[in-house]
Parts: sequence; structure tokens; C-alpha cells
Amino acid sequence: MNENIHDDCAHLLGSLSEYIDGALSPALCEEIEKHLAGCENCRVVLNTTKRTIDLVQSPVEQPPLPDDVRERLFKRLNLDDFLEARSG
Amino acid sequence: MQPDISVEALIAGDRAEFARMVDLYSTPIYRLGLRMLGNPQDAEDILQNTFLSALTHLPSFEGRSSLATWLYRIAANEALMLLRKKKPEVDLEHDAEDDEDAPQPVQFADWSLLPEDELLTGEGKKLLDGAIQKLPEAMRLVFVLRDIEGLSIRETAEALNLTETNVKTRLLRARLSLREQLSAYYAERLLREE
Repeated sequence: MNENIHDDCAHLLGSLSEYIDGALSPALCEEIEKHLAGCENCRVVLNTTKRTIDLVQSPVEQPPLPDDVRERLFKRLNLDDFLEARSG
Repeated sequence: MQPDISVEALIAGDRAEFARMVDLYSTPIYRLGLRMLGNPQDAEDILQNTFLSALTHLPSFEGRSSLATWLYRIAANEALMLLRKKKPEVDLEHDAEDDEDAPQPVQFADWSLLPEDELLTGEGKKLLDGAIQKLPEAMRLVFVLRDIEGLSIRETAEALNLTETNVKTRLLRARLSLREQLSAYYAERLLREE
């Protein structure tokens, strides 16, 4: 990152997660956005971190419970009689 | 939409309600097991043990946390117990780097606009799954609950018996570590495409 704004970059990095999660005060957000407008590296870190989180939350990464695993679970819990009524 | 699970009915021994709860939470708990242990057999053990334990302990459920958080706490403990058995040398309670600043990013390629089907097919998916698997266990557990299963910072802290500050620190490290690994890979790919 640019050496002149190194402290600001480090500051942004420390608040990055909370900024992405919308957990910062408007004043802090404004401060961060001001820095982002002039720092390309920080913009890239922000965009690619957001994208990383999007990817892990994609349905491809969230497979459903396999039917045979559900069946064995219900049997183990003596809930065989509720196997038909999938309610999840 | 399904009505909320009735804790009163569960405590009173209503089997149909218990079955409904199992269907509602078995998928995320199985996924937690898969992410933490890395194989389907262990994930299934964690899943079964979580609900067996829930069945035993339901009468003492006091509702201090939500039912979901309570189940995740049981599942996380089951996963940690199994990990301890398999890797007794790993410190699962503490993240060695909790007290240090987050590592500085070194990769600055912007791959964020690549389409998802390009990022999550074949090699890309394997890379992401492998990168998650490489996170230290204590950090991975926070990441799985917060970013994969969507618990809040507070719920994650409650489920793992951590402070919110600890959760935030581990989450930031996990996110940056994954970003760094994906960036190293996609930087090369972007170069190839130029």
C-alpha cells in the first residue's frame, strides 16, 4: 500500500470486517469512504474481501443434507415415524 | 413459512416438534461438522451426537440463548471434542494470533468482478474449500458460524463462549486469509487472460 497513507490503510484494515457488516457509525463510515476514494489498494482489498464472503455464502457452497444421512439420523433418534414429514 | 419451534412443546417431550427441530437445524449442523472435520463420517457423528445431546439436555434448557445458538453450541463442542481426540497437539481454545494485528494484505489483483460460475466451478471451488480447510481450527469455527451459517457476532460469541472482540478478531483474520489465498490464485488467472 502507498507509504504516505500507510496508517490510514492499517486503520481501514482493522475496521474492514465491521465496515462490510454495516456495523460502524456513520462518522466512521464516512472516514473510511474518504480514504477508499483515494486508495486503490484498499478498494481492491475491500472488493475482494466482500466477494470472498459472497462466494462462501453461495448455494454451491451450501449443499443440502444427504437423504441417507437424514434417514440414519432419524433412526438413531427413534424418530422413524417422522421420516416422511420433511419440514426443514 | 413454518411456525417457530415451540420450546415448551420440546420440553414437554413432543416428538413431532423435536423432529421438526431436527429438520430445521440438521443441514447447518452437518455442514459445520464437514467444515470442521473435513469428512462426511465425522460430520455425521457430530450431527447425531448433537441431537442426542439436545434430547438429553432439553429439560435443562433455560432459554438464555436462542434454541439455534444452543444447538450450535452443542455442535461446536462435539466438533471440538472430536478434533481434540484426533489432534491432541492443537490448541483449540485459543487462536495463537489473537493478540496481534491482522496481517497486511500483499495481493492487490482485483478479481471481484469475475463471474461466479467462473469462480465456483472445478478448480475455483476446490481452491475455496481447501482455503477454508486450511484456516486454524479456532478461527475456522468462528468463520463457519458467522459467515457460512450467518449467525450474528453476538450469537457466535455465545455459541463459542468467546468475547465479541475475540470473535471479531478471528473473523477478520479468517476473511483476510481467505481473500489472500483466492487473490494469489486469481491474480495469475487475470494475468493469463490479459
